[in-house]
Amino acid sequence: MTYSSRRQRLVLAGTVGMLLVAAWPAAAQQPAPLPPGSPLIGRPDTADAKKLAPVPAPPVAAAPDKLPVDKLKAAKGFKVEVYASGMPNARSLALGDKGTVFVGSRLLDKVYAIVDKGGKREVKVVASGLYRPNGVAFKNGTLYIAELSQISKIEGIEDKLDNPPKPTVILDGLPKDEAHGWKYLAIGPDNKLYFEIGQPCNNCLPAEGYGTMRRVNLDGSGMETIAQGIRHTVGFDWHPVSKEMYFTDNSRDWMSEDLPNDELNRMTKVGQHFGSPFCYQGDLPDQEFGWGRKCSEFTPPIALMGPHAAALGMKFYTGNSFPAKYKNQILVARHGSWNKTNKIGGDVVLVNIKKDGSAGPMEPFLTGFLENNAYVGRPVDVLVMKDGSVLVSDDWNGAVWRVSAGNGRTASR
Amino acid sequence: MRSLAVGAILAGLAAQSVCAQPLDARLPTCFACHGENGISQLPEIPSLGAQPTFYTTVQLLMFRDKLRVTEPMNEMAKGLTDAELQKAADIISKLPPPVPVSDTPAAARMEKARALSQQHRCNFCHQANYAGQENVPRLAGQREDYLLKALRGYKDNSRRGYDAQMSEVVYDLKDEDFVELAYFLARQK
Repeated sequence: MTYSSRRQRLVLAGTVGMLLVAAWPAAAQQPAPLPPGSPLIGRPDTADAKKLAPVPAPPVAAAPDKLPVDKLKAAKGFKVEVYASGMPNARSLALGDKGTVFVGSRLLDKVYAIVDKGGKREVKVVASGLYRPNGVAFKNGTLYIAELSQISKIEGIEDKLDNPPKPTVILDGLPKDEAHGWKYLAIGPDNKLYFEIGQPCNNCLPAEGYGTMRRVNLDGSGMETIAQGIRHTVGFDWHPVSKEMYFTDNSRDWMSEDLPNDELNRMTKVGQHFGSPFCYQGDLPDQEFGWGRKCSEFTPPIALMGPHAAALGMKFYTGNSFPAKYKNQILVARHGSWNKTNKIGGDVVLVNIKKDGSAGPMEPFLTGFLENNAYVGRPVDVLVMKDGSVLVSDDWNGAVWRVSAGNGRTASR
Repeated sequence: MRSLAVGAILAGLAAQSVCAQPLDARLPTCFACHGENGISQLPEIPSLGAQPTFYTTVQLLMFRDKLRVTEPMNEMAKGLTDAELQKAADIISKLPPPVPVSDTPAAARMEKARALSQQHRCNFCHQANYAGQENVPRLAGQREDYLLKALRGYKDNSRRGYDAQMSEVVYDLKDEDFVELAYFLARQK
């Protein structure tokens, strides 16, 4: 299949300028009036705004010779190369004890394994027929998979890669809502599985239990809710020293081109509320649900990740082959925006984490996925390898990139 | 009525073992249900003409790989190559658009639905003329009963989308809204 024509059209769409809010088309179509006080009054209805639509990834992987390796740029002193390809919709990453890299998918039904045999990498399908198996985690020989509404496991997976058994369900009955229902999965320092029940909407007051971070034991028992007010997190990790949980959160769409920002959050205790849908980015009451509430009621983010930027997977850098300044800092994959005329994101950024656990400045680490306002790739998750290199998954190309210390092209904003 | 008609066609399909055939041999069976020139005469079976190629390719792939479960379509798409999916989508995109319902629409219903469409930005992704784009399907002139079925399916999670966008959109829409939207869209040129 070829998608070149649609990509060209995306490029064309992107060159159209920003003329939002200029022309509220009062006389254009004689629409029925909205109810008084509707938050929807004043929403941009111009031709340019109407070009905004989610950017779906192709359901096939890019051919190896079509991967945009020449377009990607790593930070100074690093190089980027293809680690493995041919995994349609490659999403979250997890590392096995024996070096196998597991890769989930969201739009398709498969979990892949990348096996490194003396530098030559082989891709295998280790599970299929799953429903939105976005989340993968690994502990003591066992692969854990988070689908839309259940979590399952395959024990001893690295010894059975060519003939894996079907996953065994350890937790089911989670909500089946599609909107923000796909899950990131990770195992905390307490040896529990962490995942979120996302908000089933763009911006709403959902029923009890949505927008919450949960954790269960490795056998699926003992579910606890440990935080709320999270719209949809698709990436989290724990500080290597303080053991505090840090997570990204995707803020709402359609408020404006440049607000609200996505968030990087830090959980310092159980029971915190991170604002959604009442307050976004720590200081911006929602137009609809912010009335009668104050942003000071909620735990603010420690860093703003850009409006609509889709900050997804993140990891603390715990390897030894990068310069010292990277140690215990966070690498965040920004999938890139769709709900914004001039796209942003489509990169991996380094967020400086200070000794007190707060965030300092952010700088580019891997760029080039966004070209002329169209995507040539979209980073999803980050994984630190035992040799200190960093892998980055890309669901647009169905590939995983490897960034290592060494000479390469320089990243730019 | 629909199940009888589709059942009869499927029985014929099985007899011909259409699923082992290349795309060209299967096409007449497609139009047996979806209608001559892709203009469906059967309840809850969509018309096909002028659909964006990307959307149709993805839906056919989802049928083939059982990511979207609708039995006749899973059978019909079984074993097709990626290139055949793309070719089918190209053929469909070039068929004439479906003919909208040509009665005199109830003005109040049309206005109510137009407002709903604007509030929920149907007219953004599906475009102002509802011709669709990329992975967003054409709605203009589609069968009213099929539009209603699709919207209800997104609401109760029985219709699996490629991504979750429609589930997000229908979150705060009610069944009575679906009825009005389907009425309105079936009457768009």
